[in-house]
Amino acid sequence: MTRALALLIVRSVVLAGPILLLEFGCRAGYVDPNSIIPPSDMIASMVEHIGSGDLNESMVQTFSTIALAFGLSVAIGTLSGAVIHRIARLRDMVDPLLASYYSVPTFIFYPVLVALLGLGKAPLVVLGILSAMPAVIISTLSGLDSVPPVLLKLARIQRLGPALTLWWIILPSALPRLFSGFKLALSYSLIGVIAGEFILSGSGLGFAISFAYQSFDNRAMYGIMLFVLLTAVVANGVLYAWEGRLRRRRSKG
Amino acid sequence: MSTSAVNEPTYKQAAPARARPVDALILLALMLLLWQAVGVWTSGIAVAPPLPTLAYLVNLLQTSLFWDNAAATLEAFLIAFAISAVAGLALGLIFGTRPFASDVAEPILSGFYTIPKVTLYPVVLLVFGLGISAKIAFGVMHGLVPVVLFTLGAVRSLPPVLVRTARVLRLSRRQTMLWVLLPACLPDIVGGLRISFSLSLLGVLIGEMFSSQRGLGFLLVSGIAQHNVLLSTSVITMIVIVAIVANMAMLHLSRRLTHRSK
Amino acid sequence: MTVSMSVTEPHVELKGVVRRFDGPPAVHAVGPIDLTLARGEFVSVVGPSGCGKSTLLDMLCGVARPTSGSVRFEGSDLNGEVPPGIGVVFQEDSSMPWLSVRQNVEFGLRTSGLPSAEIKERVEHAVSFMGLAQFIDHFPAQLSGGMRQRVCIARTLVLRPRLILLDEPFGALDQQTRLLMGDELLRLWRETGATILLITHALDEAAMLSDRVGVMSARPGRFIDFVETGWPRDRDSRVVSDPNFGALTARLWSSLREESLKTMGRAS
Repeated sequence: MTRALALLIVRSVVLAGPILLLEFGCRAGYVDPNSIIPPSDMIASMVEHIGSGDLNESMVQTFSTIALAFGLSVAIGTLSGAVIHRIARLRDMVDPLLASYYSVPTFIFYPVLVALLGLGKAPLVVLGILSAMPAVIISTLSGLDSVPPVLLKLARIQRLGPALTLWWIILPSALPRLFSGFKLALSYSLIGVIAGEFILSGSGLGFAISFAYQSFDNRAMYGIMLFVLLTAVVANGVLYAWEGRLRRRRSKG
Repeated sequence: MSTSAVNEPTYKQAAPARARPVDALILLALMLLLWQAVGVWTSGIAVAPPLPTLAYLVNLLQTSLFWDNAAATLEAFLIAFAISAVAGLALGLIFGTRPFASDVAEPILSGFYTIPKVTLYPVVLLVFGLGISAKIAFGVMHGLVPVVLFTLGAVRSLPPVLVRTARVLRLSRRQTMLWVLLPACLPDIVGGLRISFSLSLLGVLIGEMFSSQRGLGFLLVSGIAQHNVLLSTSVITMIVIVAIVANMAMLHLSRRLTHRSK
Repeated sequence: MTVSMSVTEPHVELKGVVRRFDGPPAVHAVGPIDLTLARGEFVSVVGPSGCGKSTLLDMLCGVARPTSGSVRFEGSDLNGEVPPGIGVVFQEDSSMPWLSVRQNVEFGLRTSGLPSAEIKERVEHAVSFMGLAQFIDHFPAQLSGGMRQRVCIARTLVLRPRLILLDEPFGALDQQTRLLMGDELLRLWRETGATILLITHALDEAAMLSDRVGVMSARPGRFIDFVETGWPRDRDSRVVSDPNFGALTARLWSSLREESLKTMGRAS
């Protein structure tokens, strides 16, 4: 318990230290206010922008796009993962594709998607799916691989049919890996959508940041940036903690 | 891969892949077919079909327009990757051998790994200016963390008996690191470098796409802006080929190392 | 729960059972094997590693189908189907990490259609029989390896099987725990009246627990010797101090030594 406490304290100091240093540097004039504004101003700006409601539309736009990309990635990814797992030949075939998929910077397809689908929600959703779905497929495969053969044998000895075997044995066994895949899918679709909005788009939080940057409104830029980063950290953090609980209960000591 | 924090979905087939050359050819043919279909369907608005692209690419490879931009990307990328590799390795070894430090660092690093770093690019531009250093910095921001996390994870999941052997043989801390830790962790480290490679490249390309007058990312965006579909498709093809070839080489290396160490 | 039936009718009967695996490389794993288990008998099977003991067990419970030959259980052919009335305990830990001890044991009866009061009673009986009463709401991760294996045995017991197959169930446990688990197995055998077939690599375990020990050859595995132990039905682990115990173990080893050498020669 004391070690956990010490960890918490040191971690907080490691995180808070640079922020305080930056605050001091900005206030004392060591940091050019045209490049970085004091952290306290960033927070104030974030609160203002959320409070004034002028970000509402962007938030709805961005979060609904992410939710759509994430949901589709999970649904299509899990299903195709299960199909690929069933058909050994198909799996051998797509194996090299999955192994090198994430080495290709998928993002370079985004301008093409915009040219193809027009500037709007559609290319962002497709980009989100392109970033997130393969992770779901991969973790579905590794989840299904991780089902202990002895439990499948047990299912046969207990004379469970295919549906019950899936529901009682395969899904619970594969759940930890599936969940890791969903966690990755969330952060990948979030990164993809916001990056797309940032580089080339007419709305959304990513666009709001790049618009503020291009119109030299540093205060607004830092405020919105902080909001986006905090949202991402909280969303990932919740899933991370949830995953940790799932694993802890199962890890055999 | 003991740390669940390393957020790359590492793909490993349980049964050894029965590599059939026919399968690879079928896959390639399917991809080309898909490409052809999209190219025909969009009829030159967004994607050029494979054959014209290939012809254009051959010509493009003889122009200085391509090589100037490729050189700009390559320069920024190589520096970013080198910094990520060296600094990441050093940090990973330092954290990995200190349980407390790694417990402090790991959640912070993996948290940083999952945030949309692209939103930080304006800050990078404001701090580093519009030149090559901003691209390098952004590449490092993407590429550093995986090397640290993989190295750290590899060191921590090392069989304790190896460390105990090193102590029984009275090796110094430095000798232990160079003769025991580094070789034992090499397969995982190469795995981290492989991911770092593609992420550094992604960082540099995003930088070029957002605001730059040079580089392949810039060439891609300007191809789209000028409705030069052949140009943008060629650039994408080139990047994809380079990324896949490099990835396969490193995957091969890391598999060979893993195989040897078992 | 003792079953009254003519003692002469065999409970389990294997005739000319052969199992081959199509390659590459093609493997002749087991057989031909003839084996008869009388109702209520406790039989152990020992053999060098890789001799097809587990394949034999798979065919006995109907998970695998023999390439040729027949497996009969209670008078009818298995034909690659798992019949009711057989319980299996595996070498690997097959407790389900997402279920508590109670739920794990209940799992055996999920499809039974029994009234929930009956299920509850059977589960609690099996759990306390295996000495797990105070851990009934724990999860497998909180238990030791020996206790997890007991959970798996309890999950088999609630089914009230007439034939219990055990595939090196104590292989992963330490020696003391194994002796004590052996006692529990004997107690279980006496109280349920079930027929037990135990596969093991430990000669002392086989000599101590069984009525009869079958010795298998190196691959392709077939029986080269059967040894009757002659222990009384109410035995326990203290038979290891019986003078006959040493002689039994020695006889098993002399049958097995040559076969084990063959396996090692093949491995190197």
